[in-house]
Amino acid sequence: MAKNPKILVVDDEASVRGSLKDWLMEDGYEVGIASSGEEAIAVARGNKWDVVLLDLKMPGMDGLETLKRLKEINRETEVLMMTAYATVDTAVKAMKEGAFDYLVKPFDPDEIELQVKKIVAHKELILENILLRRQLEEKYRYDEIIGRSDAMQEIFELIDKVAPTESTILITGESGTGKELIAEAIHGNSQRCYMPFIAVSCGALPDSLLESELFGYEKGAFTGAEHTKKGRFEMADQGTLFLDEIGDISLKTQVDLLRILQTKEFRRLGGENQIKVDVRILAATNRNLQNAIKENKFREDLFYRLNVITIHVPPLRERREDIPMLVEAFIHKYCLEMNKEMLKVAPSALKLLTEYDWPGNVRELENIIERALVIGRGNEISIEDLPFSRKDIGQGELPKSLKMMEKMHIERILNENNWNISLTARELGIDRQTLYNKLSKYQIVRV
Amino acid sequence: MSRINYSDCVTICPIGFVEEDILTCIAHCIDTQCGTGCIIADTAQCPYHAYNRERDQYNSKLILPYLLKCCPHEALRIIGVTYLDLYVPIFKYIFGLAQMGGKCSVISLFRLRPQFYDLPPDPGLFMSRVKKTALHELGHCFGLTHCRDRRCVMYSSSLIKDTDRKGFAFCPTCRDLFQWHLKTSSL
Repeated sequence: MAKNPKILVVDDEASVRGSLKDWLMEDGYEVGIASSGEEAIAVARGNKWDVVLLDLKMPGMDGLETLKRLKEINRETEVLMMTAYATVDTAVKAMKEGAFDYLVKPFDPDEIELQVKKIVAHKELILENILLRRQLEEKYRYDEIIGRSDAMQEIFELIDKVAPTESTILITGESGTGKELIAEAIHGNSQRCYMPFIAVSCGALPDSLLESELFGYEKGAFTGAEHTKKGRFEMADQGTLFLDEIGDISLKTQVDLLRILQTKEFRRLGGENQIKVDVRILAATNRNLQNAIKENKFREDLFYRLNVITIHVPPLRERREDIPMLVEAFIHKYCLEMNKEMLKVAPSALKLLTEYDWPGNVRELENIIERALVIGRGNEISIEDLPFSRKDIGQGELPKSLKMMEKMHIERILNENNWNISLTARELGIDRQTLYNKLSKYQIVRV
Repeated sequence: MSRINYSDCVTICPIGFVEEDILTCIAHCIDTQCGTGCIIADTAQCPYHAYNRERDQYNSKLILPYLLKCCPHEALRIIGVTYLDLYVPIFKYIFGLAQMGGKCSVISLFRLRPQFYDLPPDPGLFMSRVKKTALHELGHCFGLTHCRDRRCVMYSSSLIKDTDRKGFAFCPTCRDLFQWHLKTSSL
């Protein structure tokens, strides 16, 4: 799946909408259309748009009013005004209302291309900044994999066998099962253990950003490329590169990746020289790649290159015997962090924790233990400290109120995704702004 | 050109008069770069219904369905070639237009001639622009989007200097994707 910028074209003329849509799709953008200001508002509420090309003169709600309302829905959306009637007055008004720029129809083909690329580059810089800040703020991760169950013992034995080899490994499993920990364990037990372990979350980055992130770029390769930058392949040279959410990468990036796996060489974006790298690839996915191959969304030849060895991490509900050990480990970790005395878990609470299905797996369990330690008042974790009850494991009635159902569902998905807003919004099928609105409405906060 | 099965070939359709050697050159370029055979169709009449008097240009969006009617429906893909000056409503001009992942495309030779830019005739330069533009639009018909590699024929050419700077061939990634789409597409 390719995460290209989304562009909404708003114009009352069908020929304009059609032409712009065709043109922008050639550049690989995802394009939506609206024939009026009112329709644009409705479309903007349903989906997040990176760029809006907005006609100034439209019947009904005009361009300026539409611009104001679009900015109210999502201030991150950038708007390019279009008009056949250029006046300084309207241009100034549009810029004051927050338009990125102003174009006069008909354009030279390069005008609109440059403007859209400028906006996309600007937004990518902002996103890169946010991601880098998040990495800096990220909490210490628990770096041991815990499990006494037969399933986990088999995984440990497999890691012992495959880690010292140079084989490419595909790690599969639901979200939150610890696939990255497995990858770190493989690296840590390999001959590359003293060399870099570089992880890339392919699912979190838009396609164009992922390309530059993986392969790097030369100075001047594109607008905004003010310095030469090494990509993750170069950074992982002699070490291990972990590609998380590999099922999310575009067909184009799949081709590039396949070539590197075959030839061990690549070029930076805008680069002339071939660069050789010695990298061991570990990949992970929570998708069914066989289905993706049937749907022509994932290449079979790449799959066979990655799937030399597969390690499947079972969901937590299939290894319930590990839950008490995990609970103890998380209590230990967070009590140290919070400078609290070690707490025990009430037998009734532990029973509930063991019986719960854990759709968010180990990550969800960790979040719930942390939450319980923060909000708990007694000297042990009790049922009251847990955000779910017997109702959640089919032992009681579901809430009747739709609002409560929605609130519980949002909380669950947030915990499963470790409060990653983008991933949560995507899973819920809503845009980020709508999710923020719901968090505010239900007063859902991260503990 | 020898007769080949239409469904295995790209049909090149001149719209109005276009020199035979230009059409042959396009066919050879497509054959070499894409590995698909080509058939040169009979000349299609000038599509007067697509003419815009105000702009003194032809609306390429109206030409594409016209091309579909003029050419065999079983053609692998169709590329129209014309000296008419083409536009789409939102732009002042275009060099070509294609149905993304679709059957049909059209290229205009009008703005590819050096004389258009008040330069002396240069047949070599003109033909190189023709080949690149044809290959680019055909690439779109096979599902390729614009490429960020400035040397690749799929690099976006809004200006003629971009066309002159880019190469005649697909970059390795686009070539691979082209072949993959060729194998998996079923029009």
